[in-house]
Amino acid sequence: MRRKLVTAILILFCFLLQSTVFQGIAFNGISPNLLIVLTAACGFMRGEKEGLVIGFFCGLICDIFYGDVIGFYALITMYIGYLNGKFSGVFYPEDIKLPMGLIIVSDLSYGMICYIFLFLLRGKLNFPFYFLHIILPEMVYTTVITLFLYPLILWIDTRLEKAEKRGAQKLG
Amino acid sequence: MSPIVKQKGERFSLPGKYLLFILTVLCTVMMLMTFSTDIFNRPLNTVMGYLVVPFQRGISSVGGWLSTRSEELAQIRALLEENEALKEQVNELTLENTRLQQDRYELNTLRELYKLDGQYEEYEKVGARIIARDSGNWYHTFTIDKGTEDGLEVDMNVIAGSGSEGGLVGRIVSVGPNWAKVVSIISDNSNVSGQMLATGDKLIVSGDLELMQDGKIRFSQLLDSAGAVVTGDKIVTSDISDKYLPGILIGYIGEMNLDSNKLTKSGTVTPAVDFEHLDEVLVILTLKQSVEE
Repeated sequence: MRRKLVTAILILFCFLLQSTVFQGIAFNGISPNLLIVLTAACGFMRGEKEGLVIGFFCGLICDIFYGDVIGFYALITMYIGYLNGKFSGVFYPEDIKLPMGLIIVSDLSYGMICYIFLFLLRGKLNFPFYFLHIILPEMVYTTVITLFLYPLILWIDTRLEKAEKRGAQKLG
Repeated sequence: MSPIVKQKGERFSLPGKYLLFILTVLCTVMMLMTFSTDIFNRPLNTVMGYLVVPFQRGISSVGGWLSTRSEELAQIRALLEENEALKEQVNELTLENTRLQQDRYELNTLRELYKLDGQYEEYEKVGARIIARDSGNWYHTFTIDKGTEDGLEVDMNVIAGSGSEGGLVGRIVSVGPNWAKVVSIISDNSNVSGQMLATGDKLIVSGDLELMQDGKIRFSQLLDSAGAVVTGDKIVTSDISDKYLPGILIGYIGEMNLDSNKLTKSGTVTPAVDFEHLDEVLVILTLKQSVEE
């Protein structure tokens, strides 16, 4: 219960930051994608199921506020969370390389999917432009933000796990 | 044995694979439904209005206050000089205004004679503050802090700026009790039917992500057979648009090229509104009159 509440607050917090503060400090109109960081991190830290549920809600909140059709972003982020969950078996909290790699790949594939469905299908074929001006800067920016956000998510997660273990011991 | 069967003494839990499948179907259904109805929009918009918008409003007002203070300090000197220049301009404009008022008086009498409705009468407007922007980087949409409670509806036009220099910003596409989503005309998925103010030639103005970084948008299908349109000409919304009210300034012609079909022209438009530094907008409470089918 506590975990659900904390996760919900985390999603809300990331969305609020992304839509207000980070739009204000965006470099050249590009802002980082905190929700992808959150989805991917929860995916490889807690497993497929949590990843996909968190991804679903992260996408849904974007859909409601900024999507053309409800369910589009939800579907993409849900699969990103699920696929990141596949790596939960090889995840160790001390290792930063795997999480960074996964988050970068997640954001890259998110950008590619968005380009394909939102632009390529409307006949906008200038892929190099979109890659260099939107996808790549967003990826770099997101990577930089990950360096700060990921330890925070990890810290919250370990705190929650400790609290849960304590609760389980009391019950047992 | 099926993995979903509930086992003794164990809490019911659904494997990830099944949940993924169920949610995929749910998303697909929702996408298909939103193409035809807005059944999800109303309840979801209401919930989000109470869950998210108050926070966005708070953050953006604090942020706005901070950035205004810092800008104030930086701009004070420039503003003093500008003030001098503007005072001179006010004098010139006052003179011009009196002349124009005489013209207007004449126009009104002529209109009465011809029994014409005033085309450019003052629309009722309401001011709103931008509280959040699109969380992605692909489209240029934003949220404003007024909704159905203030009388806003889908398809209402949004403008910015004061007086005669006000320009078209976009239109409302989704509305909740205390917030509304605006798609701006520079967004890549936006098209506006416009016309040249001087000649009345129709054209299509569409947002373009490739040009957005230069602060420009694209126009196409300008049928300018007389060749009278030149760089710097004003583009306003056309009277045949079914969403936009007629006669709102969109921008000025930048570059112009003849299309390969040798009939129409296309090129770039400099919008009248400064989209980079937009934080307050006006919503016109009048909807474009539409023909019932």
